[in-house]
Amino acid sequence: MITYAFLQAYWWFLVALLGGLLVFLLFVQGANSLIFALGGNEEERRLIVNSTGRKWEFTFTTLVTFGGAFFASFPLFYSTSFGGAYWLWMLILVSFVLQAVAYEFQSKPGNVLGRTVYRRFLVVNGIVGPFLLGVAVATFFTGSAFVVGKSAMADVAAPVISRWANAWHGLDALANPWVWLLGLAVVFLARTLGSLYLINNVDDAALAPRIRRQVLTDAVPFVVLFVAFVVYVLTKEGYAVDPVTQAVSLAPHKYWHNLVAMPAVAVVFVLGVVLVLYGVVRTLMSPRFVRGIWTAGAGTVLAVLALLLLAGYNDTAFYPSTADLQSSLTLRNSCSSEFTLRTMAWVSLLIPVVLAYIAYAWHAIDRRSLTRSELDKDEHRY
Amino acid sequence: MLLNIIDPALIDWSRAQFALTACYHWLFVPLTLGLAVVMGIMETLYVWKKDPFWKRTAQFWMKLFGINFAIGVATGIILEFEFGTNWSNYSWFVGDIFGAPLAIEGIVAFFMEATFIAVMFFGWNKVSRGFHLASTWLTGLGATLSAWWILVANSWMQHPVGMAFNPDTVRNEMMDFFAVAFSPVAVVKFFHTVLSGWMTGAVFVVGVSCWYLLRRRERAFALASIRVAAVTGLVATLGVMFTGDRSGIDVARHQPMKLAAAEGLRRGGTQAPFSIVPGVEVPGMLSVLATHDVDGFVPGIDDLLDGYTAPDGTQHLSADERMRRGRLALDAFAAYRAHAKSDPAAAAAARKVMDEHMDHFGYGYIASRSDLVPPVTLVYWAFRVMVGAGCLLLLVLAAMLWYGRGGRLAAKRPLLMAGLWSIPLVYLAGQAGWVVAEVGRQPWAIQDLLPVNAAVSQLSPASVQTTFWLFLVLFTVLLVAEVRILCGAIRKGPEGDELLPAGEGR
Repeated sequence: MITYAFLQAYWWFLVALLGGLLVFLLFVQGANSLIFALGGNEEERRLIVNSTGRKWEFTFTTLVTFGGAFFASFPLFYSTSFGGAYWLWMLILVSFVLQAVAYEFQSKPGNVLGRTVYRRFLVVNGIVGPFLLGVAVATFFTGSAFVVGKSAMADVAAPVISRWANAWHGLDALANPWVWLLGLAVVFLARTLGSLYLINNVDDAALAPRIRRQVLTDAVPFVVLFVAFVVYVLTKEGYAVDPVTQAVSLAPHKYWHNLVAMPAVAVVFVLGVVLVLYGVVRTLMSPRFVRGIWTAGAGTVLAVLALLLLAGYNDTAFYPSTADLQSSLTLRNSCSSEFTLRTMAWVSLLIPVVLAYIAYAWHAIDRRSLTRSELDKDEHRY
Repeated sequence: MLLNIIDPALIDWSRAQFALTACYHWLFVPLTLGLAVVMGIMETLYVWKKDPFWKRTAQFWMKLFGINFAIGVATGIILEFEFGTNWSNYSWFVGDIFGAPLAIEGIVAFFMEATFIAVMFFGWNKVSRGFHLASTWLTGLGATLSAWWILVANSWMQHPVGMAFNPDTVRNEMMDFFAVAFSPVAVVKFFHTVLSGWMTGAVFVVGVSCWYLLRRRERAFALASIRVAAVTGLVATLGVMFTGDRSGIDVARHQPMKLAAAEGLRRGGTQAPFSIVPGVEVPGMLSVLATHDVDGFVPGIDDLLDGYTAPDGTQHLSADERMRRGRLALDAFAAYRAHAKSDPAAAAAARKVMDEHMDHFGYGYIASRSDLVPPVTLVYWAFRVMVGAGCLLLLVLAAMLWYGRGGRLAAKRPLLMAGLWSIPLVYLAGQAGWVVAEVGRQPWAIQDLLPVNAAVSQLSPASVQTTFWLFLVLFTVLLVAEVRILCGAIRKGPEGDELLPAGEGR
């Protein structure tokens, strides 16, 4: 039976899946943050930039679609978080704007700022983007300070439904040290994935050993930060929703209970983590193994998917409010109407088609790894 | 401390920021839409005639397409998220309807664009000719589909249909997806806007080619490009004019205040005259444009504010009356919310009052009737700039085609100059068009349903001011860089030796 509750869960699953794909595709940002660290000379830096430059549109588009899907399915989140955590989202957006132009502009004469500045834009986006996205996701577990009052719409002087409860407008998230853990974990994950992607996508004798060493440099801090954050989340109290009254209350070990209550999610989570570790370890052990990005990438999608499902399923408030517990956003109180969710569910059937042509086109472009000589004769390069 | 009042400066800066982003975005999008068609045709000619001349011609315009594309994407992401960041109330109040086209745009259009643009740029030596050609067209199709969905969203704000207000969730909810997605207003707006993009791309190609001819460079390449672009541009211009006429009817029907402002018409009537510029009028022309009938009734600004009786006997309420009824709707809404859980009978009574006055709901937020009049001078002149520039461009494109036959064009230097100067003109026309559409509907974020003061996010005006200046500086620097890079690439010209079509000796 396709009930309203089922549609809410279905759309939360799709949003979580898009979130997972987005974090996987942050390998573009991760690799870009290493342009200067890995690329010892201009030729090497050009190889890295041109390698990620063939994929950046996917990351960017996934970010936009993640926003659009969230808007269509859970508009109260869109309105409360984007309008409230204003600075957090604005900084993320600005960093992606800088990235979008940097590729096409960097090597062209007359670009005003010069090649190095545009590449620094890529580095800035490569660190700030993943960090702040990680911070934003961490607030799904730690909560944010906002108040939602729908009746305010009748107040002619100030018809404002969602209000942020402090003047920091999103930067307040950084006051919580646990949030930093996930932000930094995502940065190091993106860098690890970035290196794994370069190993797969670039065929260059000089760069290869350096990239493999870099995998270790980034994977170790990632694992430490990620494990610390997961332990924190599984042991902290969480925001439980009463299935009957919809009242939100703090429940000890809520996310741990969610994991136990949903064995499928637990399996997905463990499988994701194992795949990430397998991709990393095998790349480190065997110098000829180049497919780490696929195992670690798939693992990333699964692990992030599972984390976001933990935040929203099993009667949990996915965007909790610390200022007013009852303002917390749940799947039920923040979602679109049944009609809209059902209509959009039909549209979502196109997603496999989209994924199929992406895979086909990706394969067509990447049949051979990128080399210096190909770059010299290519008609379009950055 | 949270102040329980919306600061007017917050509304102004939020509007300014949105307008800034939209204006910059519309500098890049029409060129994307138009160049996509021109280079699609050129690559088709290459595949069909197997003449490398057309491949290199297409590649040159693709290079310019790529430079322009990135910055269009960059301004676009800000625009999408600004609905949430700066218009958060709006996002909840109508998100149930408005979010859907944005999500579909992402799933259906953006991924198509992003996937196939990569094949178009990097696939020349990797995929078959047919697959490459398909990728070029699919890139353009993706851009056009994205225009469809965002214009569906925009049209819905101009003429909301297919929804109902639900006081329990405090939002409008979608009732009829097809009414939203294929609203006749959206169809007209889509063709008007996308064809204006084709015009922009075509005029850009014509203008750049004229520059080569003026410099006596790349003669064969420039003449061939003009041939393709002038035909595309002429077809597009005629389409823009036809759909412009249709949208005049739509505006007269659904947004009479916008029409009155665009004409600076204080008092209307039947056989309303059209003002070409202040003091020069064509009798009866406005009635013809707005109703396709010289005796059609067109209300003026004061008629709309004071209320009037149309010739067919329909009574139109005054602004004050609508504001009064809007307040009744809002009060009834508040009463409904207060009693919904405790007193079903009182709630039902309040709901009845609210439903009765729902058509005027948005007017409840209007403080004074003068707020209902958009800035007349700006809208009036923007409309004249748009139409005037469009007519001039039609002449230039027609002349290009006429003199393009038999290779006489290269000698017509004044016409070549006119072709070059058409580039700023076409941009001016596009910007002016959006000014008419968006400034002309103030104060409404959604026509008659939600004014901007009830749509805005509660932020400090200083925050929005900061991001406004940040974006202004950022976009301006990037625009300057883009224009300089484009000029550099144009000066350099198509790659390699001078291009000649197959069969033409040196």
